[in-house]
Amino acid sequence: METILAVVIGVLYATGIYMMLRRSLVKLIIGLSLLSNGANLLIFTVGRLTRARAPFVPEGADALQPPYADPLPQALILTAIVISFGVLGFVVVLFHRAYQTVGTDDLDEMKATDT
Amino acid sequence: MSLILRTATRFLLPLLLLFSLFLLLRGHNSPGGGFVGGLVAAAAFALYALAFDVATARQLLRIDPRRLIAAGLLVALGSGMAAWLARKPFMTGQWSSITLPGVGLVPLGTPLLFDLGVYLVVAGVMLTIILSLAEE
Amino acid sequence: MRPVLPILIPLMTAVAALLAWRWRGVQRGVSLLGAVALLVAALILLASVWRDGIQVVQIGSWPAPFGITVVVDLFSAIMVALAGLMGLAVAVYSLGSMDTAREEFGYYPLLHILLMGVCGAFLTGDLFNLYVWFEVMLMASFVLLVLGGERAQIEGAIKYVTLNLMSSALLLAAVGILYGLVGTLNMADLAQKLRSAHHPGLVTTLSMLFLVAFGIKAAVFPLFFWLPASYHTPPVAVSAIFAGLLTKVGVYALIRVFTLLFRHDVGYTHTLILILAGLTMITGVLGAVAQNEFRRILSFHIVSQIGYMIMGLGLFTPLALTGSVFYITHHIIVKTNLFLISGVVNRLCGTYELKNLGGLYQAHPGLAVLFMIPALSLAGLPPLSGFWAKLTLVQAGLETEQYVIVLVALAVGVLTLLSMLKIWTEAFWKPSTRNSQPSVNRRQLVHVFFPIIVLALLTVVIGLVVQPFFVLAERAADQLINPEAYIRAVLGGTS
Repeated sequence: METILAVVIGVLYATGIYMMLRRSLVKLIIGLSLLSNGANLLIFTVGRLTRARAPFVPEGADALQPPYADPLPQALILTAIVISFGVLGFVVVLFHRAYQTVGTDDLDEMKATDT
Repeated sequence: MSLILRTATRFLLPLLLLFSLFLLLRGHNSPGGGFVGGLVAAAAFALYALAFDVATARQLLRIDPRRLIAAGLLVALGSGMAAWLARKPFMTGQWSSITLPGVGLVPLGTPLLFDLGVYLVVAGVMLTIILSLAEE
Repeated sequence: MRPVLPILIPLMTAVAALLAWRWRGVQRGVSLLGAVALLVAALILLASVWRDGIQVVQIGSWPAPFGITVVVDLFSAIMVALAGLMGLAVAVYSLGSMDTAREEFGYYPLLHILLMGVCGAFLTGDLFNLYVWFEVMLMASFVLLVLGGERAQIEGAIKYVTLNLMSSALLLAAVGILYGLVGTLNMADLAQKLRSAHHPGLVTTLSMLFLVAFGIKAAVFPLFFWLPASYHTPPVAVSAIFAGLLTKVGVYALIRVFTLLFRHDVGYTHTLILILAGLTMITGVLGAVAQNEFRRILSFHIVSQIGYMIMGLGLFTPLALTGSVFYITHHIIVKTNLFLISGVVNRLCGTYELKNLGGLYQAHPGLAVLFMIPALSLAGLPPLSGFWAKLTLVQAGLETEQYVIVLVALAVGVLTLLSMLKIWTEAFWKPSTRNSQPSVNRRQLVHVFFPIIVLALLTVVIGLVVQPFFVLAERAADQLINPEAYIRAVLGGTS
């Protein structure tokens, strides 16, 4: 399972970076979201893949019963998803505005602030 | 928009809002919580804005979504600072309980208050984004 | 209670300003009040850390490796105090310079959210929490950068947003892998567990991921391109707070991570940092020399100055880290001030282009003197603050016999002086080419000049009365190089 997920993560990173290297704004957004998904999946995988119960304390007990899954990577991913969701929402609006003001989605046309 | 969607939305809106409250309260000990609840509440109003229009949805909401954000942040902050009254570190949960007729002893704590803050902030942020995007 | 106040005060200020969305006057008052409160809280925190040592709050009473810990050592306290100072300077400056449209669109809440993110990043003792604070800071900075929606702003923001999101994704991946490797994210706990790590090679690889992620945020060579492409586009108050604080959060994170966590292979990691420091200084200053626009020159100088701060980390001796801490203190004050002055120049002449400027010395000799103080301090001329900062770093370099980096540091100092003199001759000395004088509102000028004068005075004071500031930096560096006190403060007596 780890091998499959490692390959999936690799593919997500590779396609994400490939998309980011294109000149179109839309592809840049797709690239960014692929990249953040790759990072989330990476955390999920390095947090150990196990067959275990959800980390809830059962009724009547006062401690977790092994085997239970490590809740922390999932909490990290959840936080990261929420953050990347907010950021990507902003990015979409920003790029929409950029398209309106500059009149193109070609990144090569946006050189006003260089040199 | 279509008549079916409009009629369905009229019934769905209160249901969704109730469900969002259910999620908020359930989140205390089980999956659920302020975040999902807030999303569902925002989705309810977004659906209304789709079925009718943004102005009607804003009217129905009555309160500026930005105020919801501010109110939510205040509630969450207050729940964290309540710990200071008991001379505990920031965000330490404080508990008390009330007796409701018919239900019995209900424990109430600052975590619920914090969740309520999250609920308001998430609903406010989502509605600010969705409504202003829809208005463009 | 004290250590979390610098996070809560800006949040409360932002909430209050958000509630007063429609009343611009109330927002201005709330913003000023909040900034004053933040500075006071930060100074009290600094004093109490100085007196009683490292302070720790376990958020929600969860014990250390499990919950989120807020830790304030002297380095953090100094940075928070500087953030408070810059927050106040920019809040006052904004009162006299920000246009009504931006004020009505939430400038003040955003400014304070930004300060909250910056303070949170300085105060947290948890690596994932650091990522979260970075994102809070970035979100606020994104919106501040595009507020107003001019074409240059949006184009600059695209580069800024894209590269910073890449660095966030890298940081997230690095944090995740580190958790998979060690099983904790509390920095003190990590420091302890990494000492006995079984895979030093893997840890070194991971440290490189952190170096790249924080390097982008700190604008280290060769990852700095977003900075000169975006920092000159927003209104000057925004530029100033970005220039003063944002890249310094990256530098802070680098110093924190490479003094606390990754010190198992100093010969490799810190030598690499030293090489990067040299290259950062050179490319930054060469970029600055080639520019002809006031704020662009200053932007490139941020890059070259980052090199000096990293240089202290690369040398990794107590004296070198003292130099780094002192340099950051000096740089934040001076750089913010230079940006604020560029705003005044723009207000007086209506442009940032050096070739259209001129005659300012004749028209406003006071402003010329105010420019000269931070400019010469930036170049490192005695007796101003920059001289002592550079002297400490050079001395540390000589002690460790790293003569190349010392040579680079001195040469970059000369080139910095050259480009500051270019601004001086073009903007201030050269005869004026314009006929008309734009009308200036006197009351607004008070708001604009007050922070500039205070910051310039502070530069002079740090230069003349260097001893207490140096001792402060020395103690902060001592805590960084001997992290035992930090670890003990967070984890309790168990270590």
